[in-house]
Amino acid sequence: MRNVALFVPCYVDQLRPQTGLAALELLEERGFDVAFPREQTCCGQPFLTAGAAPAAARLAERFVRTFVRYDAVVAPSGSCVATLRKHLARLVRSEEARALGERTFELCEFLAAQPRSVSAPARSFPHRVALHASCHALRELRLGTPSETREPPRLDPARELLGNLAGIELVPLARADECCGFGGVFAVEEEAVSCRMALDRLTDQRAARAEVVTSTDSSCLIQLEGVAKRRGIPIKAFHVAEILAGRARA
Amino acid sequence: MTHAERAAAFVADAERTSWHDQALWFVRAKRDRAADAVPDWEALRSEAAAIKRDALARLPELWERFEMEARKRGAVVHWARDAAEHNAIVHELLREHGVTRVVKSKSMLTEECGLNEHLEAHGIEIVDTDLGERIVQLRREPPSHIVMPAIHLKKAEIGALFAREMGSAPDLDDPTELTRVARRDLRARFLAAGAGITGVNFALAESGGFVVCTNEGNADLGAALPPLHIASVGLEKILPRAADLPVFLRLLARSATGQAITVYTSHYHGPQATDREQHIVIVDNGRSRLLAHPSFWEALACIRCGACLNTCPVYRRSGGHSYGVTVAGPIGSVLAPARNPEKHAGLPHACSLCGSCTDVCPVRIPLHHQLLTWRSELTARGLRSARWRAAASLARFVMERPALFAASGGAARLIGRALPATWLARLAAPWTRGRELPELPRASFRALYAKQRRERGE
Repeated sequence: MRNVALFVPCYVDQLRPQTGLAALELLEERGFDVAFPREQTCCGQPFLTAGAAPAAARLAERFVRTFVRYDAVVAPSGSCVATLRKHLARLVRSEEARALGERTFELCEFLAAQPRSVSAPARSFPHRVALHASCHALRELRLGTPSETREPPRLDPARELLGNLAGIELVPLARADECCGFGGVFAVEEEAVSCRMALDRLTDQRAARAEVVTSTDSSCLIQLEGVAKRRGIPIKAFHVAEILAGRARA
Repeated sequence: MTHAERAAAFVADAERTSWHDQALWFVRAKRDRAADAVPDWEALRSEAAAIKRDALARLPELWERFEMEARKRGAVVHWARDAAEHNAIVHELLREHGVTRVVKSKSMLTEECGLNEHLEAHGIEIVDTDLGERIVQLRREPPSHIVMPAIHLKKAEIGALFAREMGSAPDLDDPTELTRVARRDLRARFLAAGAGITGVNFALAESGGFVVCTNEGNADLGAALPPLHIASVGLEKILPRAADLPVFLRLLARSATGQAITVYTSHYHGPQATDREQHIVIVDNGRSRLLAHPSFWEALACIRCGACLNTCPVYRRSGGHSYGVTVAGPIGSVLAPARNPEKHAGLPHACSLCGSCTDVCPVRIPLHHQLLTWRSELTARGLRSARWRAAASLARFVMERPALFAASGGAARLIGRALPATWLARLAAPWTRGRELPELPRASFRALYAKQRRERGE
């Protein structure tokens, strides 16, 4: 089996360890020998979006040093992977960095691309689930077809994997891929608009009678869950990995 | 005031925010359906992007050709380095012709140059004839949207404005009736005007002509009735060939409002009669400087359709006036810092980087990547507070040291779990103003992973 490394984004490591564990389980149950290099911290995205490119470049270099020896890097985050795939080569000007960016995968993207012979246990999740599109998984990694474009339809690997679960009902949303308003520093710099964006997503999800909201990005979920709890909106937030690994208790 | 402060004031009116969001989302949805009707929308976007980039790469050649051809057709061509020169040229033309009353169709360039204020200061009456522009002119406020200048106003507010300004019935809120009121008022002003000013959507190098797209026919009337027609055009508006036009006409109205084409697509080639004059003012006003910038030059491909505003989740929930510039929304946030970095350093942060603008743009401007690039560029120019820079340096210092990262993360969670909720919320503001903090787990992933490996005997 190929030499696969798990990258657990810094904030997932500290705030959502269960998501990291779920991702690890999903990879291991498919027979991967997964490494978790302990020198990993942050991909640099928060620095880049905050306008500190030199700091982002330092962390990008560190990312390359940490992960360059692996055949593939998998992370339970569309957003961090988008940063790595789109910006690693720009931040660390080397062929090595460019190639590493290209073999860094969002978890669902990686799982859905495995041959059918790589099987995993069949699970169920008998709930009404809203799949919140992570902007960066969708519009940077092109995992799915953005509603703005008229490009040929692409399968969203998260939707595909969730669809395999017994009993799950993926509810249709009025606005299929509108941003939740997290956006890194945006969440605090533009606090009012950010919260309103989350509220509008939650309203859409509840109108579709979703019990659970899921996403490939924990940042979107922390944002949505934060506003839902404050407003008393009854919806539970789980990362796609948690649902797929049977770790979500709705 | 910053964008964030003005946006917070806008969002405070939850009902109005919903209304504004839905009005613009309606336009976005209409645009989606219009795009569906074009068999190869994405190829059309690519073609438009390529034509614009080619044109931008050879502006001097194209404008020289334009000037030569336009002169042959009897137009007079003027060159304005900046807003002041543009305004002075227009004012001088009006003075020469003894004009004191002017009608003007929609032109974001003249807004950008502050032409109205300049002419009014010299005692010239200038009337905006686009209905939306007329409304914001009467309210003495800037347009909130480049295509729909009065999109921030409700029908009843316009009714009240017209009652005050034009003496219509105070409770009038029927759009057709309101339009009739404005039309009656405007018709007299058209007839009295000594000159008509228009913008330009596309200038054609090949023929020296230009095209103006409107839905109201106001540009046509303004250009045809008075003896003097002045067209102001930005340096980026040139297309090489007339054959390029269909590509843009198919994209412009569909992207802007979801119409297949604007109601009027008017072509001008020289004065309309021998006793008429046509003057074309070509304006730089910072455009050539932007063209020289490796990251932002592509923004000059913009055809001002407004699709990026309509789709922007921040614009829809903060309103055009929150940006404090003539062109609001994503494209405005790219253009404004180029013009005045000190004043507009905050605008690239009025964006969640969702990328919807880039995907909706008919000429494929990588808007959200440009906004991201601006952030670091403005920081590098020292336009971020020292406190903020210190925080970023500290965070980087921690992130470069995995052991320190793990230890400080653990300490923060431990303290966070021990503190009373209200204290913690105060510490975590502004996150907690409208949101709860996530539950703080006892152990990090890396700690749980290490434990798991120990248990497995690794």
